[in-house]
Amino acid sequence: MNITEKDVNDIAELARLELLPEEKKLYTGQLKNIFVWMDELNKADTASVLPTANVPGPENNLREDKPIVFKDRDAILNNAPDREYDFIKVKKVIQ
Amino acid sequence: MKATEIVKQVKDKKIKAVEILERHLKIIKERDPEIGAFLEVFGDSAMKAAGAVDEKSAKGLPLGNMAGVPVTIKDNILYKGHRCSCASKILEGYVAPYTATAVRNLINADAVIIGRTNMDEFAMGSSTENSAFKPTRNPADTTRIPGGSSGGSAAAVASGMCPIALGSDTGGSIRQPAAFCGTYGLKPTYGSVSRYGLAAFASSLDQIGVFANSVEDTELAFAALSSHDPKDATSVKYPESVKAPGITDLRIGLPMEYAAASGAMDAEVGSLFDETVKKLKTLGAKFVEVSLPHTKYSVPAYYIAASSEASSNLGRFDGIRYGLSVKGETLAEVYKKTRGRGFGSEVKRRIMLGTYSLSAGYYDAYYLKAQKIRALIKHDFDEAFKNVDVIFTPTTPSPAFKFGEKISDPIEMYLSDIFTIPCNLAGLCGLSFPAGKSKGGLPIGVQFMARPFNEAVLFTLAGELANAD
Repeated sequence: MNITEKDVNDIAELARLELLPEEKKLYTGQLKNIFVWMDELNKADTASVLPTANVPGPENNLREDKPIVFKDRDAILNNAPDREYDFIKVKKVIQ
Repeated sequence: MKATEIVKQVKDKKIKAVEILERHLKIIKERDPEIGAFLEVFGDSAMKAAGAVDEKSAKGLPLGNMAGVPVTIKDNILYKGHRCSCASKILEGYVAPYTATAVRNLINADAVIIGRTNMDEFAMGSSTENSAFKPTRNPADTTRIPGGSSGGSAAAVASGMCPIALGSDTGGSIRQPAAFCGTYGLKPTYGSVSRYGLAAFASSLDQIGVFANSVEDTELAFAALSSHDPKDATSVKYPESVKAPGITDLRIGLPMEYAAASGAMDAEVGSLFDETVKKLKTLGAKFVEVSLPHTKYSVPAYYIAASSEASSNLGRFDGIRYGLSVKGETLAEVYKKTRGRGFGSEVKRRIMLGTYSLSAGYYDAYYLKAQKIRALIKHDFDEAFKNVDVIFTPTTPSPAFKFGEKISDPIEMYLSDIFTIPCNLAGLCGLSFPAGKSKGGLPIGVQFMARPFNEAVLFTLAGELANAD
């Protein structure tokens, strides 16, 4: 797989990362090498293999779906960079 | 002093928890300026916690199984009211609003949490060089790295600054630094220790575990940590029926593919590994050759799977709810600038790698392919464990490397995890322990891997070896 600087720009946009020009150059080279190395995986025959996304225990342990009150709201809200009353402030998203 | 000895003496009122804490704070003050294991020492809250243990003791109340034991936690585990940064600038100033279940379990057992330790940013790395704040030095040789990503925890335990430390192991991040620093390092079975309150990196692989200086201490901490937690859907109740047979009844598997890879392995690692095999044989263990044919694919498959999960998990760091927030004209600009400046080089590289692997047109070739390889690797272990109870391998291909030696070549750094990654991909438990030292005095570690929920087998074998020495 050949990674170009355009690919790096596209991926950075998808990942919401603003990269410096020197970072773009560095990542283009490094990701190119990494994906060449990843292509090794094509040597493994997986035609009849079902993918495994996880190796869970015997069963999922889902808890009962009922709300639990988190008592220390301020501890959460105090971490927000921009806050007004009990709200986290964000930039306007609807014009 | 060993943790088991501390518990005994505190329970017998021979020593106060506060005195134990003071001793360790003194060692930290003396040694940590050179080592750099800690990002923060929780002096005040630790003193209060130790005082509370002593008060309980004075009142004649029963004490927990970790009474007075000073414990450090990796900086990606939450402890309410204390800072947690994942060694990243993007979380600078973040204060934990709740306590991780693993930490809660330790506190309930009367352990004393004394600080948070340095790590590779968001647990991505094998040398702790990716910390946004400072390097950590290997106590055995300060010109070398301590391993990673839980390098601070390993260095703290190895230098006597605390008897027990928590780390997290996604592809070897406990076992590899344990091997490099000369401590025990346990990656428990996936699901056996709750991850509620652990900052997620790769959720299908992440596991909280233990650093200690002996088998007994590792076992003590694991017993306190392991619990079923409804707040972690992957947490399971530990089956009580698993009992380890004696060493003479255990069959130990030696993977032939690892022997074949020995050309790339440091000669001293190989000879100490062989020596440990001899010791085990003397103790009556039986060895069987096993085959794990897909081992060679485990590192690239891991880096696709783990980076894909990371690219999704780290989406939450956007400058809105916590940590760093860089101003921008639009919301999208706030996200991009915050993430661009807040994340370090390796984290951005992995987010890019994961985003690409998951993107339209490449999903089948990379992410899905890696998941299929993971199934093959798991199948390899299932087959091997039909014939053996435990698998024995070196923990790392070489002893600790020098600062800067691998940092500019990501693939070279990734390959240092070759022996530890398969254990995570297959959801097994693994224990790295010291096999001895190189001629240059560098610790070398070897590891046992066992079926899920067979930690008892790991402890039995490592315990017999330690007693025989």
